[in-house]
Amino acid sequence: MDKSALISDFEPAKDNMLNILHRLQNKNPNNYLTTEDLKFVAEYLNTTYSSVYGVAEYYSMFSLKPRGKNIIRLCKSPVCNMISGKSLIEVIENVLDIKMGGTTSDMLFTLEPSECLGHCALAPVMMINDKMFTNLTEDKIKEILEKIRNNNPTQ
Amino acid sequence: MIKEQKIALINAGKYNPESIAEYLKLGGYQNIEKALQKNPADIIELMIEAKLRGRGGAGFPTGLKEKFTNEAVCERCVQKYLVCNADEGEPGTFKDRIIMEQDPHVLIEGLIIAAFAIGATKGYIYVRGEYTKSIHMLRVALQQAKEKGFLGKNILNSGFDFELEIKLGAGSYLCGEELTLLESLEGKRGYPRIKPPFPAEKGLFGKPTLINNVETFTHLPYIIEHGAEHYKSMGTEKSPGTKIFTISGDVNKPGYYETIMGVTLRSLINDLAGGIKGHKKFKAALLGGAAGTFVDETVLDTPMGFDSLKEKGAVLGSGAIIVMSEERSVFDMAYSILAFFKHESCGKCVPCRVGTAQLMILMDKAKENSSKKSQILDHLLYEADYMAKNSLCPLGQSPILPIKSLKQYFQHQF
Ligand SMILES: Cc1cc2nc3c(=O)[nH]c(=O)nc-3n(C[C@H](O)[C@H](O)[C@H](O)COP(=O)(O)O)c2cc1C
Ligand code: SF4
Ligand code: FES
Repeated sequence: MDKSALISDFEPAKDNMLNILHRLQNKNPNNYLTTEDLKFVAEYLNTTYSSVYGVAEYYSMFSLKPRGKNIIRLCKSPVCNMISGKSLIEVIENVLDIKMGGTTSDMLFTLEPSECLGHCALAPVMMINDKMFTNLTEDKIKEILEKIRNNNPTQ
Repeated sequence: MIKEQKIALINAGKYNPESIAEYLKLGGYQNIEKALQKNPADIIELMIEAKLRGRGGAGFPTGLKEKFTNEAVCERCVQKYLVCNADEGEPGTFKDRIIMEQDPHVLIEGLIIAAFAIGATKGYIYVRGEYTKSIHMLRVALQQAKEKGFLGKNILNSGFDFELEIKLGAGSYLCGEELTLLESLEGKRGYPRIKPPFPAEKGLFGKPTLINNVETFTHLPYIIEHGAEHYKSMGTEKSPGTKIFTISGDVNKPGYYETIMGVTLRSLINDLAGGIKGHKKFKAALLGGAAGTFVDETVLDTPMGFDSLKEKGAVLGSGAIIVMSEERSVFDMAYSILAFFKHESCGKCVPCRVGTAQLMILMDKAKENSSKKSQILDHLLYEADYMAKNSLCPLGQSPILPIKSLKQYFQHQF
């Protein structure tokens, strides 16, 4: 894909760095920033590779490693934690057979911890990609993950 | 019985946020017309007169901030910036999200008024990367406001130009701190800057910058419309107006409630949030999120205002209220928030990098050996106090807040 076309609506100014990195990452089927992406951004913004790398590495929403098609962000902040107890992490870990931070071998899911997602009134919550899932229970989580699995048959 | 009273959320839920036409039918953008006919200095005086205080947590007088930014340079030709802090990340807080999702236009109105008052021709909304729906609503609203001529060159033939852009955060709580936010906005890692200089003097790209919270900006159109006297008739003398409280935890109706400043915690919980769940007793509330304070039942009847809570060793902060019933453990809650600080410490300075880790070591020790819990509180206090005195930025200076309040209110139940 032509990267220049992808970000042509952003002026080549350094303050567009985060917006550009978001755009490139979103267009990557594995939800991450490649070395080529970072080099491209450095050139586009007329800055060094290391400063782009430093930024991409700093922010938790960016990944420099391939991730699953679906990023699960489970809220572990105080309210969700209090309402749910710690068990929801284990539920997801068991269903997907991965550890927190890991990616399933079929590259369908990555499980990440998140701080408060601003839906505390509906705790406990998680996000999968752009979508919020609220008032989670063990059964509800299993159902949600199952549904995504079924919609993505393994080739 | 207290009732909801609305300023920030006055139109939320009354129109389709993707339709500026519907917003205009509700009388939207009329306050822009009104403001643009005024003298900018008079708008600033009006905000000072109304005693509007920042809703981002610290309660700093908004009018004064505008004044400092306005006077930072004498010539109006020097570039000034306006920045909206929409990086909402304080645990338990979701008021800015509700505003952006349900009434993005009132925020844009507030931003235009503030920009005109200080003479900023360029503004940014820095919104949390995870807030995908807010981002969408802002994008649509911004585009529509541009098409209608409320943004851009020569707004409503006033000769005033103002461009507004959306910038995304990328998952860092610390970037909600104003100086760190400016670093991030410039496309850098989210490391804090040393204060002073303040943003009013040297902000974005080294230029005078006004930075306020989302909720703060939404009060500007209302004050333009109704005047300072009316605004001051709501709320308390020192904290006038309304506040959105986000109530979560063990209540029957968790959610967001906007009402006047100065209501009590008891009435917020009972009248608005439906009381404690399952007819249990109230044990504690964490006010203001992680960088907030625990309070017990002796604070239930204290007016919720910046200064009245301060007298009780508590803070209003962002307006987050996390309610805990008698069955909950304040220790567990403290554990979660200290884990939060450890995770969010940027690691740039030693007192906070080591300190946040040290606090967790103490908490883990106490978790293993519960007889140690009460002794540990003094250790935590000592450590947090050292951090507060020696850390580089306000994040490292924050853990002392909850810990001190635990000592004050829950020494025997820790
Ligand atoms: C660690 C930290 C995080 C903060 N996060 C936010 C935030 O998410 N939103 C916000 O408006 N203010 C936040 N603040 C407060 C800002 O630094 C600043 O006081 C605020 O944007 C000023 O706006 P106001 O005067 O309208 O309240 C944070 C402060 C600290 C120390
Ligand atoms: S106090 Fe903490 S967050 Fe602030 S600069 Fe130091 S390490 Fe970073
Ligand atoms: S604590 Fe989980 S959404 Fe706020």
